[in-house]
Amino acid sequence: MPFIPHTEDDVRRMLDTIGVQSIDELFDEIPSTLRCEALKHVPSGLTEMEMLRKLSERAEMDEGALCFLGAGAYEHHIPSVVWDIASRGEFMTAYTPYQAEASQGTLQLIYEFQSMMTALTGLDVSNASLYDGASGLAEAVLMAVRANRKSKSRKVLSLGSVNPRYRQAVENIVTNQDIELEVVDVDPNNLQTPTSVLAAYEGQDYAALLVQQPSYFGQLEDVNALTDWAHAQGMLVIAVVNPTSLALLTPPGEWGSTGADIAVGDGQPLGLPLASGGPYFGFICCKKAFVRQMPGRIIGRTVDMEGQPGFTLTLQAREQHIRRSKATSNICTNQGLAVTAATVYMSLLGGEGLRQVALASHENTQSLRALLSAIEGVEVIQNTGPVFHEFVVRTKAPVHLVIEHMESGGIMPGVDLQADYPQLGEAMLVCVTETKTENDLKLYAHKLQAVLSELENV
Amino acid sequence: MLIFERGKSGRRATAQAPKNRPDASTIPDSLLRKAAAPLPEVSELQVVRHFTNLSRKNFSIDTQFYPLGSCTMKYNPRGAHKAASLPGFLRRHPLASDRFSQGFLSCVYDLQEILKDVTGMAGVSLAPMAGAQGEFAGVAMIKAYHQKRGDDARQEILVPSAAHGTNPATAVMCGYKVRELPVKDDGDVDIDALRESVGPQTAGIMLTNPSTCGVFERQIKEIAQIVHDAGGLLYYDGANLNAILGKVRPGDMGFDVMHMNLHKTFATPHGGGGPGSGPVAVNERLLPFLPTPIAGREDVGGEASYCWLDKEALPDTIGALSAFMGNAGIVLRAYAYAVLLGAEGLVRVGEFATLNANYMAKLMEQAGFKLAYPGRRATHEFIVTMSPQVKSFDVNAMDFAKRLLDYGYHAPTTYFPLLVPECLLIEPTETESPDEIEGFVLAMTKILEEAQNTPELVKAAPYNLPVRRLDDVRAARELDLAYRREA
Repeated sequence: MPFIPHTEDDVRRMLDTIGVQSIDELFDEIPSTLRCEALKHVPSGLTEMEMLRKLSERAEMDEGALCFLGAGAYEHHIPSVVWDIASRGEFMTAYTPYQAEASQGTLQLIYEFQSMMTALTGLDVSNASLYDGASGLAEAVLMAVRANRKSKSRKVLSLGSVNPRYRQAVENIVTNQDIELEVVDVDPNNLQTPTSVLAAYEGQDYAALLVQQPSYFGQLEDVNALTDWAHAQGMLVIAVVNPTSLALLTPPGEWGSTGADIAVGDGQPLGLPLASGGPYFGFICCKKAFVRQMPGRIIGRTVDMEGQPGFTLTLQAREQHIRRSKATSNICTNQGLAVTAATVYMSLLGGEGLRQVALASHENTQSLRALLSAIEGVEVIQNTGPVFHEFVVRTKAPVHLVIEHMESGGIMPGVDLQADYPQLGEAMLVCVTETKTENDLKLYAHKLQAVLSELENV
Repeated sequence: MLIFERGKSGRRATAQAPKNRPDASTIPDSLLRKAAAPLPEVSELQVVRHFTNLSRKNFSIDTQFYPLGSCTMKYNPRGAHKAASLPGFLRRHPLASDRFSQGFLSCVYDLQEILKDVTGMAGVSLAPMAGAQGEFAGVAMIKAYHQKRGDDARQEILVPSAAHGTNPATAVMCGYKVRELPVKDDGDVDIDALRESVGPQTAGIMLTNPSTCGVFERQIKEIAQIVHDAGGLLYYDGANLNAILGKVRPGDMGFDVMHMNLHKTFATPHGGGGPGSGPVAVNERLLPFLPTPIAGREDVGGEASYCWLDKEALPDTIGALSAFMGNAGIVLRAYAYAVLLGAEGLVRVGEFATLNANYMAKLMEQAGFKLAYPGRRATHEFIVTMSPQVKSFDVNAMDFAKRLLDYGYHAPTTYFPLLVPECLLIEPTETESPDEIEGFVLAMTKILEEAQNTPELVKAAPYNLPVRRLDDVRAARELDLAYRREA
């Protein structure tokens, strides 16, 4: 019996001790009318060899294309050490560190993670992680509505350049508590949101403003002006940020004159594979004043009864296992293993190493942008402005056909923006990280040119 | 020592450095960071050594028995981990088009089908990223259902007092008021109290069966009848699905919606607190509301073709709760596990989890410990109350838990469920041998002797771990939540 250690003798002896004839008798409290028959749609078990063969065949079906997709999930090189360490059984098969003395490894690691996230974001405190960037943003919105004492509003304002998938998840989560997300339109000409556009929202009561930097389009917003504007309106500022970019760009804690209040984002770029969408982790950091409104787990440093330093879960009075219906959130987990990988990744790279990754990605992006600008039938919307590792191109031919033809040539060229931003026309979002070589970029430009002329001749 | 303190300015691991010296000249100065982010500055070997040594300060399934009730800490086959780590799955971008996703989508679809069978439900979405998010999705569907029918008076969710803390917290996240239901001395829900509590204000009830008291709710059909007659729906908290796998299905018990903890019942190591995966399953009534995305299949010329179903295909969906499709890697592990075990293996999970729990409960009783629900069958877990020991020796449940650590066993779940005083919620799981169980009971017996003879010894435990008992009060009062490099 796979993974079950019992011998026949064991079973007999155990049943005798309990005082029953059969294992089935142990289920005699279940009304007989409810007992189910055999599982009909579950196939018979396979050996490990057979299972791995079956799944390998399936995994191989999904391989073979060069990926220029970003839009919230980014392909970066993951140093070998990262998962070698994270996969150690003592990290991988441990539980939530409720028994602190038996979990100092996990606890110290998360404390170090919290320290690294506050270092990157320039904010005071971090929790031990949330599910992902999108659901983390929903938690940040709930938190801001609770925390903003100046505002009675259950409305928050979001720039249209915040990841539409994030905004969708936020709406699906917060509307249940009658919180409303109002979205500022994107300017289709330059994809920016100057504060002049926001003037129309002045004088209204919003609990918070959501700003993404770099924006969904890879655009760099004038976050200093946006932050000061929002604070002048009595709103809290929730920064949605890419952790890689934070090694290069102004941290949210330093935006404007007093800094953003909450920073949130997805930790996937920090050593986690694309992995079809997860597990990733959401990070959330905030100013110290709001720590008691923060959802999720938090690790604190303390001392033991002999005065030696140690680590433990703290501020648990906010959590659902203590506060039940009065908790800050129903979240009772974190993404511990993903955080383990990210902590190792950040330790390996350091601030300078991470900056080099950001710069290399940035430079590759600039190169591809220049190559594509030169192609007839391609319009790079952000032709000269500052972008970070993503940009938007408009094509003369229908973008879904361009993508389809590029894919036939083994390149996934970008994310089709038509469903989320119809006002942009035939546009797609292209992402370049440090993983692409000069040849990859040339190949992309060459193929795009070929596809466009092919489509023109049809 | 913290990793930060091991560093030296200018030292780093260079696996990631680009060959040329790129610049950021196109980015305005006002948007650039002024000083480098203060991350650790260490070498690759220092990183390896630091974290390897940290890992050795952990208890884990790979090193210790972990009888943590309601958390189901069992062995998770390495094969499932290997399958989920295949390059084709790991490198796949979540927004890759269907043509580069058939392998992954077919796994998602097949797992949906398996879980439908296991739960007796009509539809499954694998999107929720943890049990609590599955709960959220489930209750949000209940809300969407009532709203769709224009039934806006239902503002209350019933939750038994023994329930996980996530249940009431979830109801509030979905905008409901919580009404608590008492549990009787035998562990079953108080049916009379239920009758008095339901009404036109009842949106639904959240139940775990077997309950967190470690017993099967015998009157489940009656409960379903009462709640349904009042117009409410039944939510099944699948935290304890392990116990009944292949024996009874939530759909057959009358539940309308449920979540599963794939990491508990299927095959994911807990990772120090996550990630998990909390798929939801529903009956016909709630099918239109399932969260997206869901894998769909159609046969094109005799060949199966898979795609994602989203809002266009499911206009009444409660929508997406994350940026992509959920915790794909965990879903793959669960699928690989189900493929390894097959129908017979899944049934054995419930059988041997229950056999182990009943055997262990009997041994504990024989060793002089008091079961909270004597005379009831233990499900995959059971509760010991340490009240007699508190009374006789002034040694409480937490003291026993801490002393167990010295004996090399992780402590059971302590002080949950809240309604049993001084309780230990114990769950051996199906992958432990009777020898391991006997060793644990022997350790508990020794601690009982210590409590009798040298209570101060037990009360100051543990002794053999990297730290002694920690000062939680100080941790909360003098918040130290991040290392600050001295300027």
